[in-house]
Amino acid sequence: MTETRIDRRFAAVKAEGRPAFVTFLTAGDPDPATTLALLAALPKAGADVIELGMPFSDPMADGPAVQAAGLRALKGGMTLNKTLDLVREFRKTDDVTPIVLMGYYNPIYSHGSEAFVVDAKAAGVDGLIIVDLPPEADDELCLPALKAGLNFIRLATPTTDDKRLPTVLTNTSGFVYYVSINGITGSAAPDASRVAEAVDRIKRHTPLPVAVGFGVRTAEQAAAIGANADGVVVGSAIVQAVANSLDAEGRATAATVPAVEALVSTLARGVRAARRPVAA
Amino acid sequence: MTAPILPNSFTTGPDERGHFGIYGGRYVAETLMPLILELQEAYEAAKADPAFAAELSNLSNHYAGRPSKLYFAEGLTRHLGGARIFFKREDLNHTGSHKINNCLGQILLARRMGKTRIIAETGAGQHGVASATVSARFGFPCVVYMGATDVERQKPNVFRMKLLGAEVKPVTAGNATLKDAMNEALRDWVTNVEDTYYMIGTAAGPHPYPEMVRDFQSVIGTEARAQMLEQQGRLPDMIIAAVGGGSNAIGMFHPFLDDKDVEIVGVEAGGHGIDVENGHAASMTGGRPGVLHGNRTYLLQDADGQILEGHSVSAGLDYPGVGPEHSWLRDTGRVSYVPILDNEALDAFQVCTRTEGIIPALESAHAIAEAIKRAPKMSPDKTIIVNLSGRGDKDIHTVGKLTGIDI
Repeated sequence: MTETRIDRRFAAVKAEGRPAFVTFLTAGDPDPATTLALLAALPKAGADVIELGMPFSDPMADGPAVQAAGLRALKGGMTLNKTLDLVREFRKTDDVTPIVLMGYYNPIYSHGSEAFVVDAKAAGVDGLIIVDLPPEADDELCLPALKAGLNFIRLATPTTDDKRLPTVLTNTSGFVYYVSINGITGSAAPDASRVAEAVDRIKRHTPLPVAVGFGVRTAEQAAAIGANADGVVVGSAIVQAVANSLDAEGRATAATVPAVEALVSTLARGVRAARRPVAA
Repeated sequence: MTAPILPNSFTTGPDERGHFGIYGGRYVAETLMPLILELQEAYEAAKADPAFAAELSNLSNHYAGRPSKLYFAEGLTRHLGGARIFFKREDLNHTGSHKINNCLGQILLARRMGKTRIIAETGAGQHGVASATVSARFGFPCVVYMGATDVERQKPNVFRMKLLGAEVKPVTAGNATLKDAMNEALRDWVTNVEDTYYMIGTAAGPHPYPEMVRDFQSVIGTEARAQMLEQQGRLPDMIIAAVGGGSNAIGMFHPFLDDKDVEIVGVEAGGHGIDVENGHAASMTGGRPGVLHGNRTYLLQDADGQILEGHSVSAGLDYPGVGPEHSWLRDTGRVSYVPILDNEALDAFQVCTRTEGIIPALESAHAIAEAIKRAPKMSPDKTIIVNLSGRGDKDIHTVGKLTGIDI
């Protein structure tokens, strides 16, 4: 498989001696124009990789913040095709920042897996994270995605033991997303030392970069996680910042983009401080 | 879609990965995958252990009251004219429905696996009550997720669950019904993987649940088949059951699947009508295949693959999916699935109550409504078994409200 924007970005930040900062946004929350403005703002504020959530009516692995964002987007008429349109628009002004689509399988299955991977690649998508497709179902989407030149990024969790890890890592590409806690997105804060052990364990099985997410919401946490991980993922905190900036009717305001920019800049500083040598 | 190749037997599924044809499977988050595999292993071991079967049989007999009766519904038969109708009386089980069959099996499995906490989802509250009951009997703490809408319309069952010591957590997400309760139960499970056993109430979800729940519910059809042979000296001409997720139906149908002369009819919730978007819960009549809650199956969904909510007067039937084995039986043509409207079910509820002195659950009333349509067109030497999956005490407020009877 040829190198993707994801591979290039992780190689670049490694050369800089720092972890990558992976940010999550829900596509169409609360409307496509706002998402497009946010997408453009994220790299400038320090995001290295963008995960774009594909809204789904039944987000079983997500906590209240991401659930609510998805519902806002769906209420605004968001669809899978409109999510791909957003990526296509974004690519007109940014051809380097990797975009990973994250979501659930049914809208893709409804669209048709084979057609979807072709459409996603053409729109400028680099990778997929599909929460409810375990390696046991690789022939459904993972293999067609790899064939189309997309990375297929798998989640590894605290319940993924050494016996199962090779199964999870087979056909994984781009990076491995380590879910730092047993739970849903945006819940309890992870324990940095246990996460470091888990990252080391995964890295014994794969040369791929390991990014860590679920429950990271402050610059300090991001710095602590980033000390060992190759990437730090922040999702619910950003989505919550979007939610807090909306008016009473749930519409975007003049504060929406600046609020997200401010949060992402702060978090990016935390990520960049992760490997700073500690004074002896 | 090409027609599936018809198998020699309809009872051999699922395959080792949990597939019935293209349906079923294990579509879950990675956190849950090791648990699902552990559950499958534990279930296989339990199935092979005669002591497990003996304990379940003993409890089914002395605690739940099995075997349930096969009853000739003479009053209803006379009222309709035509085929003779028999009721499989799951309403007479302890807790008032077929749900106890599955819960007894699963609680024994949970104990075997060393789990210490039970979670469950419920729609009408029958599975919640059965889960709370077996949890009380075996000393497990139990949390039941129930849509806030259902908490409101099924108050008697909410009260029963609380009396039994369960914690009922109302779910306000989505339309606040069964689908949303299942999402929330899955979120709980993913958060409490070490100690928690998820007691799914219907023959759906990731493998091995559809197979396991079917196996525990198949006692219904196995008994009914033997009882019919004993009472009438032959098999029934038709069997009818209501299908929400489909556990009472698959339990009734499965032992008859290879009896080629037995016509099998599953009844879906037609709500306000199949043409009304979000107005029914007939996933196999008005939906298309998709992936939700761990399995591929027929789902109510929009053009973008977003799941629709579904509607039924019966809180136990308004689920936008259906067990994967039903989807396969539909495609193979072995079982025909038909919708019954809300008002047809309400009429059947009243006809059954007045002609038989049996108040059926609104879910079961859907199956009775189909029998009311079919029996008059059949000759009196034909027989129909209707699975009377539960009793209707829980529904009296709903029926009272809709029929203008002041309770």
